[in-house]
Amino acid sequence: MSDLMKVSSNPHIRSKTSTSSIMLAVVIALLPAAGFGIYNFGLNALVLILVTVLSTVLTEYIFEKILGKKITIGDYSAVVTGLLLALNLPPKAPWWIGVIGGVFAILVVKMLFGGLGQNFMNPALGARCFLLISFTSIMTNFDCDAYTGATPLAELKSGKAVDIFNMVVGKTAGTIGETSMIAIVIGACFLILVGVIDLRIPGSYIVSFVLFISIFGGHGLDASFISAHLAGGGLMLGAFFMATDYVTRPITVKGQYLYGILLGILTGIFRIFGASAEGVSYAIIIGNLLVPLIEKATLPKAFGKGGAKA
Amino acid sequence: MNSIKERLVNGLIKENPTFVLMLGMCPTLAVTTSAINGLGMGLTTMVVLALSNAFISLLRNIIPDKVRIPAFIVIIASFVTIVELLLEGFIPALYDALGIYIPLIVVNCIILGRAEAYASKNPVIPSLFDGIGMGLGFSFALTCIGAVRELIGAGTLFGVHVMPESYVPCSIFIMAPGAFFVLAALTAIQNKIKIAGEKKGKDMSKIQSGCGSDCLNCSEAGCKDRRGGESK
Repeated sequence: MSDLMKVSSNPHIRSKTSTSSIMLAVVIALLPAAGFGIYNFGLNALVLILVTVLSTVLTEYIFEKILGKKITIGDYSAVVTGLLLALNLPPKAPWWIGVIGGVFAILVVKMLFGGLGQNFMNPALGARCFLLISFTSIMTNFDCDAYTGATPLAELKSGKAVDIFNMVVGKTAGTIGETSMIAIVIGACFLILVGVIDLRIPGSYIVSFVLFISIFGGHGLDASFISAHLAGGGLMLGAFFMATDYVTRPITVKGQYLYGILLGILTGIFRIFGASAEGVSYAIIIGNLLVPLIEKATLPKAFGKGGAKA
Repeated sequence: MNSIKERLVNGLIKENPTFVLMLGMCPTLAVTTSAINGLGMGLTTMVVLALSNAFISLLRNIIPDKVRIPAFIVIIASFVTIVELLLEGFIPALYDALGIYIPLIVVNCIILGRAEAYASKNPVIPSLFDGIGMGLGFSFALTCIGAVRELIGAGTLFGVHVMPESYVPCSIFIMAPGAFFVLAALTAIQNKIKIAGEKKGKDMSKIQSGCGSDCLNCSEAGCKDRRGGESK
């Protein structure tokens, strides 16, 4: 029988895209940010990244081995989680912070809820917030060899002037992967080009955030204030790499815009009115929790349902 | 004598109010920031539970069925007030640590649950020991949760430093989320032990269903030990 005569059940159109190819693309896209972090902060950043990735992958492997389940470390999702988590750690954090965070991310946030696709919250962000609450002094100490003192956002909050050029390039204090806006945007462009993410969530996130801080930030449409807020902290990393996480974002198109706007407003509230200078991770986590409601509200009508009444 | 022992074992292990019945979650999660707080809360509840069980059992033929819940609450509230005043007078440190959760013992569902399910139908002595058994089970569970949270979250146990000097406390464990983590983990561990016991052929059905030994008055339709309500 020729190929044309092939009889099969649906689906008839298949994509070559697989979980592992998507995750691998995300890993590649994160490499510029990770590389800049290592260049910027030195050897300890490299050690932290390796330890964190190793602990997420090992946790997944050991958990599945003990429970006699299919080993899924080949889909690289644990690598993405580990890498994202490491990029969210301060450069001088001790290595065991990465281990605890990695184990928590995979074991508690991901595996206990059923593994990839079942987790209700981004594992890397869940672990970051766990660490932030547990080891506050370590997780908010951004002193390192190259830079001392507060992050640009904290200085901005206390009313000091910041150097926007250094913030865009990334030569400031902060977590390993968040400082360089350029490196993150390069990775994000790659992801958009290969079609792994689109601009719906990051776009609506960033636009609504800019609108929020222009209205409530107290500086009006001051370009330097707004660009400092965009380049500072984890906004870019969060918007492009964490808010777009396939598992924890809404699947409806309307829902994705709504989700992005919600994240922008929440981040704005945390940064302008909150006690700490940064709020991206909490905003995304809260957004993750609201995803089921957003999806319910934006469910498209099935064909033939809900037509105009005569 | 046999029924006393049975009641104590029942409360402590078979129908442990925290790990099996999942009752009294509010104090379980809120006050177990340290082992001593957990133990204090457990013992306070135990005293109220034992006394109110005995008292309700004494009055079980006098209290009209229709107003039994308000009557139980009045009895329980009286004992809670007594215990609260005693704590304030003699152990002010514990009184301060437990705070609002002492008056809230009145609405602890373990106490009302035991009054309704056991004390209002059984003689005084078994009811008293049912209260003591349940109270011991509650104290045991709260002390366990408190000990784990204190150990990880502060590096101490009953206020004594046990972790090495270099240990950095993981302070989320003495905050609210830690209570959920520890309760879930301990419940999972005891379920694991129970399932392992079941595989060895022991009869664990009564533990599993959580209905315990009160089969005569059981109204659970799916319970295989149900003998119908003929003797009620």
